[in-house]
Amino acid sequence: MTTATVGTIAAAPAAVNYRDFAKRAVIAGFVTLVLASLLVGIETVSTVNGLQVATRYRAVLCASLGVAIVYFLVEMLKAGRTLVPLLVGLAMIALFGVLEWAKLEGLPLGDQLPFNSWVVNWGVMLVPLSLVLRSLYLTFWAGGQGAVAAVGQRETGFTRFYLRYNKLFGALLILFAVGLPFMPFADRRLVDVATLVLTYIMLGWGLNIVVGLAGLLDLGYVAFYAVGAYSYSMFAVDAGLGFWAALPIAGALAASFGLILGFPVLRLRGDYLAIVTLGFGEMIRIILTNWWWFTGGPNGINNVPRPTFFGLVFERSAPPGKETFAQFFGLTYSPIQRVEFLYFVILVFALITNFFTLRIRRLPISRAWEALREDETACRALGINPRNTKLTAFGLGAMFAGFAGSFFAARQGFVSPESFVFLESAVILAIVVLGGLGTQIGIVLAALVLIGLPEFFRELQDYRMLAFGIGMVLIMIWRPGGLLAHRDPTIFLHHGKGKT
Amino acid sequence: MSSAPLLAVEHLTMRFGGLVAVDDISFEAADSKITGVIGPNGAGKTTVFNCLTGFYKPTVGRLTLNGARGRFLLEQMDGYRICQQAGVARTFQNIRLFAGMSVLENLIVAQHNRLMKASGYTVAGLIGLPGYRQAERAAVEKARDWLDRVGLTRMADWSAGNLPYGGQRRLEIARAMCTDPVLLCLDEPAAGLNARESAELNELLLSIRDTQKIGILLIEHDMSVVMKVCDHIVVLDYGRKIADGSPAQIRSDPNVIRAYLGEEEGAAESLVREALQ
Repeated sequence: MTTATVGTIAAAPAAVNYRDFAKRAVIAGFVTLVLASLLVGIETVSTVNGLQVATRYRAVLCASLGVAIVYFLVEMLKAGRTLVPLLVGLAMIALFGVLEWAKLEGLPLGDQLPFNSWVVNWGVMLVPLSLVLRSLYLTFWAGGQGAVAAVGQRETGFTRFYLRYNKLFGALLILFAVGLPFMPFADRRLVDVATLVLTYIMLGWGLNIVVGLAGLLDLGYVAFYAVGAYSYSMFAVDAGLGFWAALPIAGALAASFGLILGFPVLRLRGDYLAIVTLGFGEMIRIILTNWWWFTGGPNGINNVPRPTFFGLVFERSAPPGKETFAQFFGLTYSPIQRVEFLYFVILVFALITNFFTLRIRRLPISRAWEALREDETACRALGINPRNTKLTAFGLGAMFAGFAGSFFAARQGFVSPESFVFLESAVILAIVVLGGLGTQIGIVLAALVLIGLPEFFRELQDYRMLAFGIGMVLIMIWRPGGLLAHRDPTIFLHHGKGKT
Repeated sequence: MSSAPLLAVEHLTMRFGGLVAVDDISFEAADSKITGVIGPNGAGKTTVFNCLTGFYKPTVGRLTLNGARGRFLLEQMDGYRICQQAGVARTFQNIRLFAGMSVLENLIVAQHNRLMKASGYTVAGLIGLPGYRQAERAAVEKARDWLDRVGLTRMADWSAGNLPYGGQRRLEIARAMCTDPVLLCLDEPAAGLNARESAELNELLLSIRDTQKIGILLIEHDMSVVMKVCDHIVVLDYGRKIADGSPAQIRSDPNVIRAYLGEEEGAAESLVREALQ
């Protein structure tokens, strides 16, 4: 499209190639159509006559049409055109509102809602809503059409707001985490989910050392998690070691596995490193499955003992020679005591990981990690030993995964290779990347979103992946650099922040 | 010269497959002197630097460094050890800063090895022993000193990538100097600078030579820099050394003129003379 007419003012936005947008939007819609017809187009319904295959092509069509339209609108937003996305987004919301109202009133029109589940319908509506909000934001707060750059990496209101109350926010979060089990709404399920989320937060913080700080893309992080889990289980079941005695051994073993993996991949960068670490993760899982005389094979290891509180066990009746927690403190036994205790154990573990990272960021080793991430050649010219620096990152990251793994084994009371599949690595990596590489609090937010929400939205069932995709799209629109992508220098010459 | 020169390059040859990038070059660089390495594009200047700083292993040749830290055979050392132990620092033709880190952090990273020792290889630093804090304060002081000298103090807390181009060039030099080198290798530090900035660069180089008493090896195309600051110039062409001497000698060397302008002499020669003046 050539629109370079004579006499256009210099400030006019550059020509927008709508045909190109449309082409890509149609392709995106088509890909969605193909994928969705295979994945959600057919469902098995159980009727009185047994299982039957039913189609739901309206949902598929709505999804692909929606993807095409939204894709086009996002491209327009990126090009700085805000009016059309605003209007179309409003129209979509209005249409949805009418349909929803019709459904409430019991009118036949209400059957035209795209999806069967109300959670999905409302979830999908978040997309046009965010389009509307984004275009309003671009129009009024970011200086209108000239603010094309605002879609990029610039710090937006949320990050700035967070930075101002950084310390307060962190302290409140810790206070909330400590008080959570004592809240009136905290039932056993909530504490259980919180324990799970905290495990992933700890794993995210551990992986952040490798991926966020040192910039080494590790797709096999779950291997170290597995090493930690299995080494605790074996030491506990075969050698009779307690949780706290086996913990340092498990951490050290995981760290040494980190070093073993680190050595051969020292020369690799980026994609190549990712592939090798992915292979390593799978190797560990296959070894755990196949060396059945050593690891118990696919059956795993049963009866892994739980952690004790200074020798006090959390059982209804104490084994010979031990005392239970409830007896010692004169409480009536309740299974929630153990759940809460495990919650506090992982909370302490996670906080230790966090403080370790915060502290090491101010030390030369972490600065060297970041420098290696930025430019390895320059590091070598400055006399930094890349080998040792990378190996330290691998080892420390793996150590925290080992601790988390031991905790995992102790909490489940059972380990098997199934818990350490590639998907786990991918989820942990997604937490780190989604949180914004290198930030601590971003990882908390991402873990809440990726681990916590799905646990509470089990109703979504097979739509969970769809919701996951929508979440990714939203983050792509709003925060292309992660939820909280920000890096503060670790040392200042002029005391005071706020400069670029 | 009574003692051995700071750097002695003897019969340096670098082959890449069938291509001979550097062919049997020998020259010396003295302490407290600026040695210029000039030549047309593709003459092998940067290859010489890469051999010196351990990025390439030379095919043939001996590179001897006789610095304050002792005698080193650079061709036998690992890449990073050349800076860490022998004390050879370098800058790059295409600037290689840690763009996402702050200006100050760039200079702190350059003092990595000393700080690493002071932090007890991280263990003592984690516990927070006072020795490390002291060392860090000293490192910041040194960084501030260099920031003052290159005129970047005001921008110390900026991201290095946000500095203007000339600032990035100067920061790279400051960063190399923070490693306490005995020999500083600069690869086209004046590329892309305007006339005023190159004049400032000249002064910076002269002041480094005079106050730090270190040797500087300088690759440069900008003749206004080379002729003003170099005490000694080595001219390369097609991987061979074609001239070696003081700026005055180089200016009138017919080989140099031929290398820069081709075989024909006469009118072209006077043109080049003018350019070289």
